Amino acid sequence: MEIGREPLSDFRVRQLKARDMLRGDLEGEDLERYVEERVMTTTVDRAVAWARGNSFFPLTFGLACCAIEMMSIVASRLDIARFGFEAFRASPRQADLIILSGRVSIKMAPVIRRIYDQMLDPKWAISMGACCSSMGVFNNYALVPADKFMPIDVHVPGCPPRPEALAHGILRLRDKVQGHGKEGWRERYDAVGTEELLPDEATLSSPEVSIFKPGDTAGA
Amino acid sequence: MPDATELELTAQELRNAHSESIVDTEFHRDRATLVANPQSITQVLNHLKSKGYTFLASLHGVDYYPHEPRLGVLYELLDMRRVDRITVKARVSTDEPNIPTATGLFAGADFQEREVYDMFGVNFDGHPDMRRILMPEDYEGFPQRRDFPVGGEPVLFTYNEEQNYGKDV
Repeated sequence: MEIGREPLSDFRVRQLKARDMLRGDLEGEDLERYVEERVMTTTVDRAVAWARGNSFFPLTFGLACCAIEMMSIVASRLDIARFGFEAFRASPRQADLIILSGRVSIKMAPVIRRIYDQMLDPKWAISMGACCSSMGVFNNYALVPADKFMPIDVHVPGCPPRPEALAHGILRLRDKVQGHGKEGWRERYDAVGTEELLPDEATLSSPEVSIFKPGDTAGA
Repeated sequence: MPDATELELTAQELRNAHSESIVDTEFHRDRATLVANPQSITQVLNHLKSKGYTFLASLHGVDYYPHEPRLGVLYELLDMRRVDRITVKARVSTDEPNIPTATGLFAGADFQEREVYDMFGVNFDGHPDMRRILMPEDYEGFPQRRDFPVGGEPVLFTYNEEQNYGKDV
């Protein structure tokens, strides 16, 4: 890529230098400069993280309606194979990414935990949709949020999330795996200090101001 | 649907055959309901089945809190030759939620009675396999009863993110 942007003459010069190096004619300062130009150093950890982040093997595992959206990211419109995540594995032993796509009932939770434990390290988990992140509209006795029983790396909000959102979530996970993950959205969008402003206690208790207290959902 | 007259005739027929079997009849929005005594529910269902209502379309539970007796078990029967439906309702209390099983008459009642037991805690005496079907085996309580807490997680907002599980973020 770099070569293409350079003038042809420079390219020709580098070609000739390479020829000289192979012949053993390059010595001293010329040889130093040659090595500096062409060799990139890194650590094994970084190289491995780069490879891992570009080749997730997601588990073929659908829970509910979010699974339909999850399936569509492999299809031609979004084609997650562009990033190297297309090899959905049918066995947890061969997968390193589990996408919880749907609601998790308290009867299903031990099953999912067991599947997660069967996956080999390194492994990651994405909680997709409102139901398995915060129980969504099923905020009742039957469901359990995924954070209660297993570690989750990325939460993708939505009900269900668009396939683009899931693809975005997987790319954020890739950033995380490769070691330059951005933390919260407030940091990312430079929005620290935009938290919701709450009225103080005095304003809340004064009767002439009619506002709801925090958490007061009666009459809503 | 049987009309109101036919419903009364059926109820009288059942009362003659089995005394104390029918407590009441309801005819509301063209739906006919026989309110049966839970002790004689098997006789009532057997009689209706021999009359032609051979198909148990649904068996479900209701909690009528705060009315007593609180729980209701509803049998939706279908006569497929006359295309005619009738509902049989039996009310049981939460103190003694027992009712004879219908699995001897309708084999399909098996899982539906288990679901009513799971959600409302109605014990079907004589059922071959009376255990929970939807909730885990070690679950305590009957979640569809009206006095059961809704449960769930408190929703996380900015004002309570310090108190709840979001506080480490």
